[in-house]
Amino acid sequence: MTVSATAPLVERLGERFKQALQESSEFRGDLSVVVAPSSVVEVARYLKEEDGFDYLLYATAVDWPTRDPRFTVVWEVRSLADKTRIRIKTTATMPDPHVPSLTSIWPAANWHERETWDLFGISFDGHADLRRILMPESWEGFPLRKDYVSFGEPVIFSDQKLEGLEPDAIRG
Amino acid sequence: MVETDVAQEPVGPEHEPPTEWMELNMGPHHPSTHGVLRVLLKLDGEIVRDADADIGYLHTGFEKSFEDKTYTQGITFSDRMDYLAPPINNVGFVSAVEKLIGVEVPPRAQAIRVIMMELARVASHELWLGTTGLDLGVYSGFFYAWRDRDLALDLNEAYSGVRMMTSFTRVGGVAWDLPEGWLDQLQRFIDVMPGRLDDFESMLTDNPIWHQRLKGVGVISPEDAIEAGVTGPVLRASGVNYDVRKAFPYCGYEQYDFEVPVGQNGDCYDRYRVRVAEMRQSLRILQQAIDKLPGGPWLSTDRKVALPPRTELSTSMEAVIHHFRLVSEGFKGPVGDVYAFVESPRGELGFYLVSDGTNKPYRMKVRPPSFCNLQSLRKLVQGVLVADVIAIMGSLDFILGDCDR
Repeated sequence: MTVSATAPLVERLGERFKQALQESSEFRGDLSVVVAPSSVVEVARYLKEEDGFDYLLYATAVDWPTRDPRFTVVWEVRSLADKTRIRIKTTATMPDPHVPSLTSIWPAANWHERETWDLFGISFDGHADLRRILMPESWEGFPLRKDYVSFGEPVIFSDQKLEGLEPDAIRG
Repeated sequence: MVETDVAQEPVGPEHEPPTEWMELNMGPHHPSTHGVLRVLLKLDGEIVRDADADIGYLHTGFEKSFEDKTYTQGITFSDRMDYLAPPINNVGFVSAVEKLIGVEVPPRAQAIRVIMMELARVASHELWLGTTGLDLGVYSGFFYAWRDRDLALDLNEAYSGVRMMTSFTRVGGVAWDLPEGWLDQLQRFIDVMPGRLDDFESMLTDNPIWHQRLKGVGVISPEDAIEAGVTGPVLRASGVNYDVRKAFPYCGYEQYDFEVPVGQNGDCYDRYRVRVAEMRQSLRILQQAIDKLPGGPWLSTDRKVALPPRTELSTSMEAVIHHFRLVSEGFKGPVGDVYAFVESPRGELGFYLVSDGTNKPYRMKVRPPSFCNLQSLRKLVQGVLVADVIAIMGSLDFILGDCDR
């Protein structure tokens, strides 16, 4: 993707969604737009219907524990005809992170959003079938969050108490 | 084959009568699930009304593990995801890192990558041919396919020392140059394979039983295929001409002369034809890669990301410092996020890499083609017979290690 090809798209998006489009950037040829959660569905519909972004690649999230809002939720879509790609980002805040689902625009987002719910605990409003997909239904915690310990076992010394530890950290 | 009036009856959970549908567990240890997959079928007699694929049995948390390892260490995780085409995962992973840090890959390394990837494609499609045939009753085909796939694995072993988990890429190139005599072995492989594929095709392509099991089964239209997000041969069998190697050439694929086989009907039979044709195209690419294999270095000379040659370590202090830094803590990437993708035998394999400026990926999301293809299973099997579920699952060619990560 070249700058000249994407610039008009960003300009059009900025004109049409003045309040919603919070940021746009291009890094190594990848175009990203950050959209307010309330307008994600609107922007997505515009991208699909007006700009031909017909193919959803994936949906996921990134956890930034020190930031507020904590989560960045990402969908990446492609226009098969124009060979262009755009990354739609929005944010979700603790303690109840939730964003609108894009399954109504791109049905292929179904499993990807389920996976994001499963591994990050971000719920997607309007998703018809939001349940765990990779982890068992009975699993506690959300493994891809940064405060979920993946390796090692914490050692409790005699002068320490268990209290400060999260249940996830104890399981290790 | 499904009769028309049966297919037009209502499907989906909302039409479920109170008592008549039977729930049948297919898997998780069913031979046709290729890995560990459980499909919960709702049956109306022999007809499937609804299906729910339960994945995750092979979930190993690779995406989490990537966050704890440096970029170079992460390479060994990548080939353990799709264990039937490891070299392609290796290349996909390092191309995301290379895109992030902006390093040039020398032409010889790119050609070696292309050779290894096309070998993996042939090996993976051979395995698919064997196991899918086995599922549908072509028992002898399995042994022929295994024999031919082993030739490709022998080449893997001769190059990297390992038959499957090659881990042969490094950021900025490949780990080793091709060993002596390897290209001759590859040439013998290229010479022998077309005849073997002809044998296979004479056994299956016009076989009436093969036709009955595959033609008109599991049809997906181009519009539905795009909407469902399927990829690779499944997408192309529906008539959508999309192959990453042609649409967004990487590793110098634009220099090779090859075609992208495309189907018309989007049924299981077309998926079979597309995969066999793809193997022939891969052999064409391999021949061209041998004929014009460039010389020169096979690893970047940028000492900030690639190890110096061992010979330099005894003569150059600087090389020792670079070596120590790279081995002990690795290199750092700039802050940013990139998406890099390659064409695996199952479709578009993508890596979404988020970097916070340290020596490890902050987040590494894999876009597995098996996951995207398996998602379409529910729609494909509604209204078909139970026996056709096996054919449809086979034709989707999902690998659960890739799907569950």
